[in-house]
Amino acid sequence: MNVWEHITTFFSVENYTLFVVSIGSGILCLAAGVVGTFTYLRKRALIGDVISHSVLPGVAIAFILTGVKNPVYFLLGAIISGLISIWIVDYVQTKSKLKPDSILALTLSVFFGIGVVLLTKVQHSGNAAQSGLDSFLFGKAASMSMLDVQLFSAIAIINVICIALFLRSFSIISFDENYAKGLGFNVRLIKGFLALLTVVTVAIGVQAVGVVLMAALLITPASGARFLTNSIRRMLIYSGIFGFASGIIGVFISYSGTGMPTGPWIVIVLSAFTLSAILLGKQRGVFARMKVRQNNHVKINNENVLKDIYKLADKGLKTITTKELIDKEKHQPKKLKSTLARLEKLDYVDLVRGMVILSDKGRIAAREVIRKHRLWEIYLSKYFQLDADHLHDDAEGIEHIITPEIEKYLIKLLERPETDPHQSEIPY
Amino acid sequence: MNDFYIILTASLVAINCALMGSFLVMRKMVMIGDAISHAVLPGIFIAYYISGSTASLPILIGAAFSGILATLLIEWFTKKARLQSDAAIGVSYTLLFAIGIVLISKFGANADLDQQCVLYGEIEYVILWLKPVFGAFMLPQQTIILLAVCILLVVAVIIGYKGLFITTFDPNFALSTGIAVGFWHYFLMSGVSLTTVVSFESVGAILVIAFLSGPPAIAYLLTEDFKKMLLLACIVGIFCSATGYYAAKWLDVSIAGSISTVIGIAFTLVFIFTSVIKRKAVVIST
Repeated sequence: MNVWEHITTFFSVENYTLFVVSIGSGILCLAAGVVGTFTYLRKRALIGDVISHSVLPGVAIAFILTGVKNPVYFLLGAIISGLISIWIVDYVQTKSKLKPDSILALTLSVFFGIGVVLLTKVQHSGNAAQSGLDSFLFGKAASMSMLDVQLFSAIAIINVICIALFLRSFSIISFDENYAKGLGFNVRLIKGFLALLTVVTVAIGVQAVGVVLMAALLITPASGARFLTNSIRRMLIYSGIFGFASGIIGVFISYSGTGMPTGPWIVIVLSAFTLSAILLGKQRGVFARMKVRQNNHVKINNENVLKDIYKLADKGLKTITTKELIDKEKHQPKKLKSTLARLEKLDYVDLVRGMVILSDKGRIAAREVIRKHRLWEIYLSKYFQLDADHLHDDAEGIEHIITPEIEKYLIKLLERPETDPHQSEIPY
Repeated sequence: MNDFYIILTASLVAINCALMGSFLVMRKMVMIGDAISHAVLPGIFIAYYISGSTASLPILIGAAFSGILATLLIEWFTKKARLQSDAAIGVSYTLLFAIGIVLISKFGANADLDQQCVLYGEIEYVILWLKPVFGAFMLPQQTIILLAVCILLVVAVIIGYKGLFITTFDPNFALSTGIAVGFWHYFLMSGVSLTTVVSFESVGAILVIAFLSGPPAIAYLLTEDFKKMLLLACIVGIFCSATGYYAAKWLDVSIAGSISTVIGIAFTLVFIFTSVIKRKAVVIST
């Protein structure tokens, strides 16, 4: 079977089970990604881990009390014990000197331990109906039913509607709780509501992907989305899209290979999306920041060479050669050569038989750098009372960063000085 | 004798975890321990796949290395990619865990390893592989490995105490006096990885986390002296192991689960005594 047939079979509606599973997983990941955006923004990424481990005792107790394998009772138990775990984390944090990380780890492991105890109790009591309980731990995405998909859709719709309605409240408490309090928001209520949405989503999702990987559905899409935008609305949309796409692609991959688990593949696809966003994000991405750094590096090199040529010319040298730049100003030969070549391309200098001549454009640029350098030295000595021999290094760095606006401001502030602290003239 | 073997095994895990966990608690890095304990899964699987067991030392070190790889990944996310640290932990360990499970289901038909085993371990089975030590004295194979690691960790903590202590409590001072903060960080992380890898088979990831966070947290609530805290954490860990084991036997439930539950109960009691009641007393007296 070729790839195309593979894909068409996969997406044909006749292949009912697969259709259900892929749509179900997609919708679930969408719901989790959207609500997880706030978990991410509130810097509580690991709370998802705690909730997903903590639903277990609730599920087991629901089973022990009712004796039937009813998903509604399971869900109710899961939600209650999830909420209790969040409350405990908050309570212990306010009452003791323990740091959040210890409390999170302790809560999740103890709740899970209690769950395992109850689960083994049920198993050893020989109740045949318990087999479904295990799916709560490790997920059963592959055996998803239409009922599950309806449930996922319901929670996705609830999440989206609630977030649309309360976007302002949710955003404000995610960024600044105290500010929200000052504005008269009922912070406790909003936090509780957000916690409820998160717990319900996790409780439902755990059944599909399992305890450990549920944390990823919540937090991984938002982590990637954050690198693509600064707007919270866009972030929500991107998270949802990442989640939905990963759900479907993950199911597709696990369907293509034999014996491939669905949950882990969804998480791997999700992580791939997020990694790409982290690497390729337009502003915040790793490559984008590397490029900015590279550009700055080039700019600094250019300016330093221009400045040194100008200084040598200022000292009265008629002809400046590359050799002099290397000897007198300690430039590295290789780097200097490439920088000079670049500067010639930009029409800043002319290179004639080993001699370096500044063009008018180059002269203006060099004077600008020197001006900024000397202005900054005056500023430091005047406002920070630094000695003259402490000024140079700092100015050496800042001269490349000062914008025309700051320069204007400095000139105004220092009343257009004529000479710097070393009695060198300032070129205007 | 079986009781003794199981309690000894659990206690050794408890001591290993208490030693490492105390430093993690003070460094606010317990969740990194949690992440490592899940993230070693691919490493453990590869080790299994190559050797057929976790019993050989080079393989153990190899698996522990995958734990360090997880910390490197987390560090890359926070420092180079500038992802906030909680999200960095969450994203990295779930990814590694997912990769581990995919590897197991793809190639692991023969490996005696599954998610269940990773999460709650099978301490009951340690007694199946007894090996003689010093001639006549018999010990389970897992226990011998744990004992070796325990001795290694105790020696490492004693030798490295000064460096670990100072980089834990005053990293800025350590940095300014030229102490290699990075070295001690990875020194500790290697210890945590090693502990997790050798413990997971007998007690599972969840009990490892309970041991890493619980006894040190309890000890921290009871004392301000770090040396006392280390000792107290070990004692609490051993006590919880023994109590948890007998409770599990009595109720006929999972031993690992039961020990975690006992740790939870112990923490609750100490927390109520030290934080809730004492605070109230202070309020009343003022």
